[in-house]
Amino acid sequence: MRRWIMTAFASLWLVGCGEQAWQTKDISGLMPPLAFELVDENGNTVNAERFLGKSTLLFFGFTHCPDVCPTTLARLDAATQRMDEAARDDIQVLFVSVDPRRDDPETLRTYTDAFGPRFIGLTGDKEALEELTRRYRVTYGYGEEDSNGNYDVSHSSAVFAFNDQGEARLLIRDSDPMEAMVADLERLAGDT
Amino acid sequence: MGRILLYLLGVVAIYGVTQTHYDYLAQYMFFTHRAQHLVLHHAGPFLIALAAPLPVLADGLPTRIRQFPGRSLATRLLRPVYRTLQYPLIAPVLFVGLIYFWLIPEIHFDAMLSADLYQVMNWSMALDGLLFWWLILDRRSPQQGGLGYGKRIAIMLAVIPPQILLGAYIAFGKEVIFDVYEVCGRAWPFDPLDDQRLGGLLTWIPATMMSAIGVLIILGLLNRDARNEDAAYVTHPTR
Repeated sequence: MRRWIMTAFASLWLVGCGEQAWQTKDISGLMPPLAFELVDENGNTVNAERFLGKSTLLFFGFTHCPDVCPTTLARLDAATQRMDEAARDDIQVLFVSVDPRRDDPETLRTYTDAFGPRFIGLTGDKEALEELTRRYRVTYGYGEEDSNGNYDVSHSSAVFAFNDQGEARLLIRDSDPMEAMVADLERLAGDT
Repeated sequence: MGRILLYLLGVVAIYGVTQTHYDYLAQYMFFTHRAQHLVLHHAGPFLIALAAPLPVLADGLPTRIRQFPGRSLATRLLRPVYRTLQYPLIAPVLFVGLIYFWLIPEIHFDAMLSADLYQVMNWSMALDGLLFWWLILDRRSPQQGGLGYGKRIAIMLAVIPPQILLGAYIAFGKEVIFDVYEVCGRAWPFDPLDDQRLGGLLTWIPATMMSAIGVLIILGLLNRDARNEDAAYVTHPTR
């Protein structure tokens, strides 16, 4: 009996050794599971359950964004390109526009399609966006309009990663190295 | 009347920075967050402690609560905890330690990310502020069981240098130390380093000024006691 217990303990302990730490910021337990009700690229209302079953990366931005959004989305695309094919297909990226005034479903679709099929554009009214941003403790704000009607939008620069059950797992910053991102996304895709 | 005003001012200040739209700003900007903690840990509790509302609040409690059966047991269990926290060597370490603790970049990041941890952070600051200023601004003279005036002044002076050090470190930082505001977005477009500098200055100057005001108040208490002694002396002249 005692030998069995010892074996069980030893193997558990060894399993513990195999468990690598996440290389980007671990937010398990810090943030609530994925939930929202937004409008997709076809103008239909969708909620988070529709996106379960795949690992989800959530990013807030706007299509007129000059630097942060295109850079981040391109980085995500590059990271997924480096992953195994099987793991790559388990990743979907939700790009939530916090600028619904300029980003209608059509604009969003054109924008996200430019980054690849894994990128899905979503937006919503002020209420829906505020509920979602508050849930992930991020915020956004609008700058002043210039003479051409252009304005800046401040938003979060982080990518939130959820496993296929919609549980919060990671926060990826723009300062995280590509290798760390790829390693973590591969682990996330394998995480059940 | 003055004491009622102080008490209300303290409570309203704490309410204002935690239960209004201000709390939103405090979550998405570093310097507004530092200002919030200045109120929660320094100004608010300072005003409340100065008002010494405990006897009145205790009298105002419903009899049912004042005479609940487990009362003596609760007192017996809580007293050693309270005594330990209020021990003159521990109180200042706790006071400064909490400021440092929540400003460790990793801890700060998590606290700003997790709604629960954020509440723990803010309430721990408010509670520790109350304990600290309660000990320092105790209206009882040392003869009546209050802490000695010299010790009170020493404690207040002791908490100044570490706060200056931390405030200056943040204010003069050449790089962004707390990137959570970048990651989560700012309440309005504002230069990250300016935000950090302002936050550092708030941690440094007004925070340490509270100690200076506290010292003046203790000198006032000393003066009061001396006068009372004189009065007692005059009513029983030996000449």
